[in-house]
This record gives sequence, structure tokens and C-alpha cells, in this order.
Amino acid sequence: MDIKFNMVNRTKQFFMEIGDLSYFAARFFKQAVKPPFEFKELLRQCYQVGNRSLLLVVTTGFIIGLVLTLQTRPTLIEFGAVSWMPNMVGISIVREIGPVITALICSGRIASGFGAELGSMKVTEQIDAMEVSGTNPFKYLVVTRILAATLMLPLLVIFGDLIALYGSSLVEYFKGNVSFRLYFNKVFEALSYGDLIPATIKSFFFGFVIGLTGCYKGYKTGRGTAGVGIAANTAVVMASLLLFVVDFIAVFVSDIFYEL
Amino acid sequence: METKEKIVAGVAEASGEVVIKIKGLCKSFGDNQVLKGFNMELRKGENLVVMGKSGSGKSVMIKCLVGLMSPDSGYVEVLGKDINNLDQIALDELRSDIGFLFQGSALYDSMTVRENLEFPMRRHRKKFEGITDTLPLVREALENVGLAHTMDLMPSELSGGMKRRVALARAIILKPKLILYDEPTSGLDPITSKEIIELMRSIQKKYGTSALIITHDVDCARVISERMILLVDGTNYAEGTYAELVTSQDPNVNAFFKK
Repeated sequence: MDIKFNMVNRTKQFFMEIGDLSYFAARFFKQAVKPPFEFKELLRQCYQVGNRSLLLVVTTGFIIGLVLTLQTRPTLIEFGAVSWMPNMVGISIVREIGPVITALICSGRIASGFGAELGSMKVTEQIDAMEVSGTNPFKYLVVTRILAATLMLPLLVIFGDLIALYGSSLVEYFKGNVSFRLYFNKVFEALSYGDLIPATIKSFFFGFVIGLTGCYKGYKTGRGTAGVGIAANTAVVMASLLLFVVDFIAVFVSDIFYEL
Repeated sequence: METKEKIVAGVAEASGEVVIKIKGLCKSFGDNQVLKGFNMELRKGENLVVMGKSGSGKSVMIKCLVGLMSPDSGYVEVLGKDINNLDQIALDELRSDIGFLFQGSALYDSMTVRENLEFPMRRHRKKFEGITDTLPLVREALENVGLAHTMDLMPSELSGGMKRRVALARAIILKPKLILYDEPTSGLDPITSKEIIELMRSIQKKYGTSALIITHDVDCARVISERMILLVDGTNYAEGTYAELVTSQDPNVNAFFKK
């Protein structure tokens, strides 16, 4: 009886959360197009989001490029296809690994940051203070953060992709005597607009999801300071989960376009 | 509807004097009814203290006054305007005449003291027409609380008492007609509490503001109040001056003043 009751309750809670998140997203779209616009704060947030995540993205991208090449090399050598390494690495990084890994790294960094920052502002009444001073806190805090994440993530993904390819080219240079020029020539030969455009569009959605969940969890924080930790934690879990859902939808949709 | 009209008419008669008028304010959170028909009037230039135990609805009441919470029912009038029927623009305009000192100071962590004080000015430029440099205003507000030297510091570099004083400076930066204090001395040591109370008095003297003070600090109430309301179980339990209440024979009233 208890298990059944718990399951019903959890299912109900899940759908309520989805409903709340959708309402929050709708509120974002409504406020984002309504003046006054907080350009200065948007720029500050773009700098914060980009700057705070850059080192992580660079490090992760570089290691992913190295590891992917090192691990694939023996198999490709076995099949006599090691010359296809730049093509394989290029396509897999640009299409899937680059955007997803960068987004996951950023969800840990950005979504938790937004969740903790807004959550702490909420429990210390800073959001109330902002409202009393005549500033719309949703517009000032939430809209700017979601927009910053949406705009900056594609840039971080592009940067991460380039660094990952550089890491891969280093392995090829030292292990396979392939020059950087030849490596990158082969990568760009293998890539088409059909690889680049869906991946870039997908990155915008990833950024939006990260910003939205981080702000949503932070803005809805309750239960005092303990709630701040919970907000930061659940923001990362929710963002990571939603990233995969968005990724699946994006791949599914772009696949339809390929077939057409 | 008829009742409300009667109340509005009643307010209009005394509009020259009354700054805040609350009639039958009710507010619930789920099954928990916090305010059960609270009534209050604050007159111009007066210091009114509302005392009550923790969880008695004091902070809820003060938040209803600035539109941070909507009451379930009841009439709330601030500076001649019915809060419940104001659109966002009118509400923001009204808020520029109200200073609010939050319980935990509520300074913006990511901004310097100066930016904290400049923040309310960005939306109320009308009040500062012709003024291009906000620095003198910020300096004046900080000088009022004796913290002009902290202008470029971050809130994390300030002590609890200094934060409260900066928050007080932020509350008066727009030269409000009314200041709402939510537990102004909570979490402060007795000496700093005295300093804050002195500042509150000097600010009222300088700017001629009216003040509504929510507190459960008896010393604060004794020094600053001209009139007091005891809030018990969501309603006005007793009302009078400090001297009247402290000598009351009612055990519930006495419980507030026992040391």
C-alpha cells in the first residue's frame, strides 16, 4: 500500500515539476521580449558564464581528444584504416561528443552556480529587496542568466571541439607522423554543413536547458540555507537529464532532415 | 463590496494623517491561517511598533504592505493607495516612497556597497531628475549611518552591524516618506542594537519619516515606539503606549515584557 502510495505521489510530483518548469519557461519568453532590457547585466552574465567555464571546457576537450584517438588507434590499425582517424574523430566530436560533453561539464558548473546563487539570494531576501526597489527580479536575474547560457554555450562548444581536435592531432603527430596541416585538412574535408549546423543549433538548446533548470531550481528555493544546497544539486541532476532528452530529440529531428 | 467602499470612504476622511491603513487583513499558507483579520493605522511622523512571537505573522503583514505578498482578504492602503488594486507601474512608483529594512539586511552579495545603494535609483530616475552624479547621494546616505569609508567594500567584508547600517542607508537613499523595519535589531549584540535604534531615531528626525517597526526586542520597542500593537494569533491582541502595555495586568501582554 505504502509503495503504491509513494509511486502515485512521486508520479504526481514529477508532472507537477514539469508543469512548473514549463510555466517558468513561458514566463521567461514573456519577460525576455518586454522592455526594459538589462543589457549591462546580460553582458556581465555572458562574461561570467564564458569565463567561468572556459578552463574546464578546454581541459576536458583536450583530454577527450587525446583519449578518443589513443583508444581508437589500435582498432583502426587492425583494420588498416588508421588514415581515417581524422575523419572519424572530427565527425564524432563535432556531431555528438563535443556538444554533449561540453554541455554536461557546463551543467555542473553553470546550472549549479545559478541554482546556488539565486537560491541564496532568495533565502537571504535579496530577491525581495530587488523587487521592493522597483526592479523586476525575474527579468534582472533569470532572463539575463538564461540568455547568457543560451548564447555562450555554442561558443564554448566550438572552442571545446577545436581543442579536442587539437588534442587528437597531437596524438597523430607523435604516434602516426601526421602533420597538423594534413590532419586538419582531412577533418575539414570530412565535415559538411549537415554536421555543423544541427550541432550548433543543438548547443543553443543545451544552453537554454542549463540556464533554465539552474534558474528554476534557484528561484524556487525554499527551506532556508539547506534548500540552497538542494537547489544546486537538483539543478545539475535535472539539467543533465534534460540534456539527454534534448539531444535525443535533436538527433531524431536532424535525422528526419537528412532523410528528406 | 459595500463594506470595502465604506472603508475607503473612512480612509479618505483622515487621508491627511493616515500613512498606512489595514482593515481585516487575512493570509493563510495552506491550512495555516497566519493573519486572521489584522487591523492597523499608522499616522504621519509616527513610530508604530508591532510586536509578536515568532511565526505570529508580523513579517507576512509587512510584506503585504509593499506588495511582496498578496493578502487573501482585507484592505491595505499605503500612502493613500490601495495596494491590492495597483498595477505594476503604480506599485513600483509607490515603492519609491517606502524604505524597507530587511531582517537579514539583504544586501546584494555580488555588488559593492556603492552599487547596493545605487541599485534602487536605477528604476526611480524621476526622483533624481537633473542629477547626473549619484556619488554625492550615496555618500550622504552612508554618512548618515557613519559608514562613508565603506563605499567600495563588498558586503562580505562588513560585520553584521555594518551590513544593517548599510541596509538602512539603502532604505533611505530614495528619501522615502515611510520606512518599514523588519526586525531591525535581530541577530545583533546589545551595543550594535542600540546604535541601530539611535540611527533609526536620527533618520526619522532628519527626514520626518513615519516608521513601522516589526520586532520582538522589548528594548527596541521601549526606546523607539510611540504606540505599540501586540499581534497574537493573527489578530490585534492589545494596543497602547509602551508604558500602558508594560503595566498591563493581562498575562498574555505581560508575557512579552517579562525578562
